[in-house]
Amino acid sequence: MKIELEVNGKKRELNIEPRRTLADALREDLGLTGTHLGCEHGVCGACTVILDGKAVRSCLMFAAQCGGREVRTVESLAADDGTPHPLQAAFVAEHGLQCGFCTPGFLMLVTAALEGDPDIVEDEERLRELLTSNLCRCTGYEGIRRAVVRAAGDMKAFS
Amino acid sequence: MKPAPFDYRAVGSPQEAVSALAERPGEARVLAGGQSLVLEMNYRRERPKLLVDINGISELERIEEEGGVLWVGALVRHRDFEEPVSADPLGRLLSRVSRYIGHPPIRTRGTMAGSLAYAHPVAEWPAVAVALDAGIELLGPDGPRAVSAGDFFLRPFATACRPGEMITGVRLPLLGENSGVGFAEQRRTQASFALVAAVATLTVEDGTITAARIGLAGVAGRPIRAREAEEYLLGSPLSAEAFAEAGRRAVRETDPLPEPHAGVAYRRHAVGVLAGRALEQAAADLEGRA
Repeated sequence: MKIELEVNGKKRELNIEPRRTLADALREDLGLTGTHLGCEHGVCGACTVILDGKAVRSCLMFAAQCGGREVRTVESLAADDGTPHPLQAAFVAEHGLQCGFCTPGFLMLVTAALEGDPDIVEDEERLRELLTSNLCRCTGYEGIRRAVVRAAGDMKAFS
Repeated sequence: MKPAPFDYRAVGSPQEAVSALAERPGEARVLAGGQSLVLEMNYRRERPKLLVDINGISELERIEEEGGVLWVGALVRHRDFEEPVSADPLGRLLSRVSRYIGHPPIRTRGTMAGSLAYAHPVAEWPAVAVALDAGIELLGPDGPRAVSAGDFFLRPFATACRPGEMITGVRLPLLGENSGVGFAEQRRTQASFALVAAVATLTVEDGTITAARIGLAGVAGRPIRAREAEEYLLGSPLSAEAFAEAGRRAVRETDPLPEPHAGVAYRRHAVGVLAGRALEQAAADLEGRA
C-alpha cells in the first residue's frame, strides 16, 4: 500500500506492506538508521520517535498508520551544519551515553517531554518516571538524568 | 520478530469497523493503541488476517459524564487519565491507577478499552472495571450489547467479546462525594508487570462505611471482587484493624495460579497486605478532603 507522511520536515512517499512497522520503514525504506531496534516489543525504547509531537515506540506501530502524520527521528536533532542539539551536547557533557545504542531513543523521549513541559526537570519523581521508559545498560541513568537537567537549563537560556 | 502478513483497513465509524470485522470472521482484529496487540503480532502469537484500525473514529475519543456514569470511549488513552477526568473521586482513582500502566510512551498510545479486551490477568484496568462493576459496551453484527465487567473476563486473555464484536466504550459508575479511593500494587521493578494488585473504594456516612468495593488482579485467572471482605466492612468505622481483617478475608476469596516470580503462598499473603493498604489509602483519601 502507498502512504505519504512527513519525516523530519520532508514529505516522503512509501510503498509498503501493511505489516511494515514504523521502525522498519524508517530504517529499511528511508535509510534513517539512527532509530535503533532492540527488543521489538515495546520494552527497551531504543526505537522511540516523535509522532505528531508525542514520543512513541516505533516498533509497536505500523507505518500504514502514519499516513498524513509527522514523524521526527534522531536525525532531525542536529543543525544542518552538524552542530549538536543542546540535548545531544548535554548527553556528551554529562556522560549520558557509553555504547550509544539506547541514545537515539532517549534523545527523542526527552525531546518530546521537554517540548511538552520543560518544567518536568523540576519534579524529581516525574523525571525519574520518564526515564524509566527506556533501557540503558551502560550509564546507570544518572548521567542521563543530569544531561536532561542541564539541557533543560540550556534550552531555556537559548529561548 | 516481524508480524505475519495481514490486510489493513482504516475505518471511520464503529459500524464500518464491524462490517470490516465481518469480512474475515474470526481472523480479523481491532487495532486501537496496539501496545499489546502489535507486541503479540511481533512475536507471531497473534496472526490476524485483517487489522481493522479504529484510530480514525473520533467519536470514540470522548469522555462523557452523565447521570452518575462516566463513559469512556474505546480510544481514550491511558495518559488521558493522568489529570483527573472527573471531579468525582472516580477521577482520582483513574488518575492514580493510570500511572502504574507501562511507561509514558506506552500510555500515550495504549487505551483503557484495549486493556480490557486484552484481559491480561494482572492488568490494572480490568481490576478497576470489576471493582466498579463497569459496563462494557460492545458492538457486533447483531447490534450493540453491554456486558458487566464481572461477566466479561473469562480466563487469562479471554473475554466475552465475540469474534466480530468490538468494544465501543466503558461505563464507570461515579462513586459519590463521600468516597475515597485507593490502589496498591506489588511488582518487581518500576516498569514490571504487576504480580498482585488491589483496588479499593470506600463510601462513608456519619463515620460509618456504607459501601466498599475491592477489586483484585493476579489472584485468579481473571480479576475478581472480594465480596466477603466488602460485606465485612459495611457498618464498620474507618479503622486499621477493620482494614487488616478485610485483607485477611479477601485472601480466602482468591485462587492464585503459581508463577515463577510469585508462588501461590506468597501471592495469597501479598493480596491480603495489598487489599489492606488499598483500603487504608481509600480512608486517607477520604480524610484528606474532610
